[in-house]
Amino acid sequence: MTDPLTPVLTANWGDERAWKLTNYERRGGYQALRSALQMEPADVVTLVKDSGLRGRGGAGFPTGMKWSFIPQDNPKPKYLVVNADESEPGTCKDIPLMMASPHTLVEGVIISAYAIRSNYAFIYVRGEVLHVVRRLQQAVREAYSAGYAGKNILGTGYDLEVIVHAGAGAYICGEETALLDSLEGRRGQPRLRPPFPAVAGLYACPTVINNVESISSVPSIISNGDDWFSSMGTEKSKGMTIYSLSGHVANPGQFEAPLGITLRQLLDLAGGIREGHRLKFWTPGGSSTPMLTDEHLDVPLDYESVAGVKSMLGTKALQCFDETTSVVRTVLRWTEFYKHESCGKCTPCREGTWWLVQILKRMEAGHGQEGDIEKLLDLCDNILGRSFCALGDGATSPITSAIQYFRDEFEAAMHTPAWELFPYERSSIFVREPAGAGA
Amino acid sequence: MRPESGPLSNPLEPLPSTPNGHAGGDVAAEELVGHGHFVTHFDEPSLDYSVSETKITEETLQEMRSIAARYPQARSALLPMLHLVQSVEGRVTPAGIEACAEILGLTTADVSGVATFYTMYKRRPVGEYLVGVCTTALCAIMGGDEVYATLQDHLGIGNDETTADGKITLEHVECNAACDFAPVMMVNWEFFDSTTPKTAIDIVDQLRAGAEVQSTRGAQVCGWKEAERILAGFPDDRADEGPTAAGPSLLGLRIAKERGWKAPDPEHVADREDEEGK
Repeated sequence: MTDPLTPVLTANWGDERAWKLTNYERRGGYQALRSALQMEPADVVTLVKDSGLRGRGGAGFPTGMKWSFIPQDNPKPKYLVVNADESEPGTCKDIPLMMASPHTLVEGVIISAYAIRSNYAFIYVRGEVLHVVRRLQQAVREAYSAGYAGKNILGTGYDLEVIVHAGAGAYICGEETALLDSLEGRRGQPRLRPPFPAVAGLYACPTVINNVESISSVPSIISNGDDWFSSMGTEKSKGMTIYSLSGHVANPGQFEAPLGITLRQLLDLAGGIREGHRLKFWTPGGSSTPMLTDEHLDVPLDYESVAGVKSMLGTKALQCFDETTSVVRTVLRWTEFYKHESCGKCTPCREGTWWLVQILKRMEAGHGQEGDIEKLLDLCDNILGRSFCALGDGATSPITSAIQYFRDEFEAAMHTPAWELFPYERSSIFVREPAGAGA
Repeated sequence: MRPESGPLSNPLEPLPSTPNGHAGGDVAAEELVGHGHFVTHFDEPSLDYSVSETKITEETLQEMRSIAARYPQARSALLPMLHLVQSVEGRVTPAGIEACAEILGLTTADVSGVATFYTMYKRRPVGEYLVGVCTTALCAIMGGDEVYATLQDHLGIGNDETTADGKITLEHVECNAACDFAPVMMVNWEFFDSTTPKTAIDIVDQLRAGAEVQSTRGAQVCGWKEAERILAGFPDDRADEGPTAAGPSLLGLRIAKERGWKAPDPEHVADREDEEGK
């Protein structure tokens, strides 16, 4: 049996100046790169495939398989792009990883680029995290100076340019094809697939796009082996991963555990829901994954089990809300996010999210109209599966799941404002004198 | 532009005014419940094409060309080049757009199309400090709405407005990937974790007074233009400021250490495999 928590990616986060190359090397950093460079690139791909590593950015696609789709007989340059545009509401694992230990990512980038025979790698990091950008820039500089990046890496003849590219504020750029358009200097709007990026990605060349955590897991797999990695987790969901617990919990934070831990176990470690309150609803992997309730506390948090309760593991962003929280208010706020972040390319998402917000706004104010719930569901039905990319699908998840579990609150929105049913100051975590008269 | 109200575009009945009891301060009622919260970028005023003066110099152009040279295809440099424009101009200007277009061989319409898509590109002058309060669902509910309303009241400005002294621009921001530190405030894209209405006021007061202000998980706050320069790919020397990680980021690691929990020993995994094989 593996231990409940298994720090690997987070193991050095408590170290003094863990972001410095010397400190990373002191813990064995860049040994995995040395090992990988002794292997044939195809063998690196096979090792990662055999480990069972699946994408940690939400979709859970097997990483090694993605790499193997790169056509090696294609004469065009091949590119590796790291999706460091962490913006899914609730998701907060890649940012602390890059802040604390950017070299874990950079080493993973170099190994992964070598595996797919790429000579150019990009780290597309969201622009709104200045200090993370600084740490990444410095880590890449250090890697060049140490001979881990640039020309003739460690004397092997392998060349790799690594470029840190800061975005400019657009959630949609976390969608891999929109990210590519953005990286090409365009509006970040998704592309039609096929062709898939593995065939025609950046500059219409074969491209692998992986999440920060996926790429950062690669050095540990090289160092410790595929059996080691797959000794953690469940049958189809292998390895350790970072779970981010936030919201009305006594002690929110990051927990690195084998895939398959439950929210009940994580809440136990986090001291439970804040004192005097109980869990009402939660998201397993960000706002785009259908919400769950306290009846799902024992669902193993792996790809299959969460799908089994009609949600998605997503980014493992466990946002917990207690009984003081208005579901209608929460869902409106998420929907406003999707409306704002809709790139405008396709009609169902652009227009649909706008109408969803209009209806939810009047419901929050207690002015819902007869048939509004059906109208919300009908709008969602016309967005889900009919939008250009997953942003539209994601926008419907909070609404349809909230209506499924908390329909009575939407019924109440026909006559009573959400702030009367759930006085908002009770949901806030600020310590204050007990509200005398209330709202 | 999409009007937010009007009989043709919005047949829904107008929203009633809302009570003022659940968050501090005398602020517009709509802000208290998040109405008019995020206007989409399609609704924002366009670039100000009346501005003719520019601070872009030959040196700026050289730097823009050096950004373009980093990429296999020059157009990839457009986002960092626009960050550089902002670092010089304090916003996106017509002259900045023309410079990008000229260097990359694009039309100004191409460049404007990109510049108006991304929320970090500003069409009006930004104050020395861009203060953003996260009001996406989780932060909003945990108290972000209250922090925002308090700041708005304290500073006397609305969303995307700047104080008369040119120091502070206030805006709603969306999830900034620090949910375990909610409610989150950003100043020039540095983290101010676990903010309260009181700490938020203290921070903006210090910024306005010209004091040195330290991010809770980053560097001492620099000016907005300096931050934009770093995003353009011209680092300053502050990467080593601030901690490795803080508070919630370390919680799982701390518990694992206390209880002696670890990832499996690779040697042991190999042994076990051998035993199972026998």
